[in-house]
Amino acid sequence: MSNALFLLGCPESPVQTAIALYLANGLKRDNIDVTVAGTKAAIALLKVSDPEGNYVRKTVDLDSCIENLAEKKVDFDLCFVFVRNDAGISYLSTLSSISDAKLFAIVFGRDADALASMIDFECEKIVYKTGHNPVPLKKRIDRVMKWDA
Amino acid sequence: MGCIEQMKYEVLLKNTSFKECREYVAKNFKEVYKVKPGYKMFDVYLIGVPPISIGVDGDDVIFPYTKPCYGTFLLRIRSEEEIESLRKGEVP
Repeated sequence: MSNALFLLGCPESPVQTAIALYLANGLKRDNIDVTVAGTKAAIALLKVSDPEGNYVRKTVDLDSCIENLAEKKVDFDLCFVFVRNDAGISYLSTLSSISDAKLFAIVFGRDADALASMIDFECEKIVYKTGHNPVPLKKRIDRVMKWDA
Repeated sequence: MGCIEQMKYEVLLKNTSFKECREYVAKNFKEVYKVKPGYKMFDVYLIGVPPISIGVDGDDVIFPYTKPCYGTFLLRIRSEEEIESLRKGEVP
């Protein structure tokens, strides 16, 4: 079984939790084990939305996750970084440096296009300028993950 | 900020971007070291876009510190030990 890491950013935009749960469901269907790293609030939003762990069973504190990756104690096959601000780009770049995972950037929010243009390293970009409606981003994920066939 | 929060630090820039921090360090400090993301300082692993610029000013190190919801802060903390590691090119 392969595995994937989601690295959540600031949970201010409602799109993030919806897309994280949608993506976790799709990966689970593809037999990919998902671990989610994020701030306390971002993880709490997921757990309240998925109380029985139907989509996300494994969560980890963001700082611990970075520490374990940097020290090569853990790595993943796939990594999805949620980017809606400059800090998200910093985390994405860091993952690119400290992990060998195939990297996906899920870029959203009002600055999505400007943020995406800052990504100049190898990475699959999934970009849509939305803060509230997750459907356009979901469609792009379906295309990239080949779930729309 | 983990253990950094327990230390005596000065915030030089707050809620800023990694790019502004890099430019500020390049413009304001003569002794500058470039490190990769994941470089360990004060028991935290630095987050950022490579190369991450760290300034040295007297006995102080000046470095970016990123939090997901608040952006990047440029902090100044006194540490001869960290300066020694930077000068030796040690990768902790």
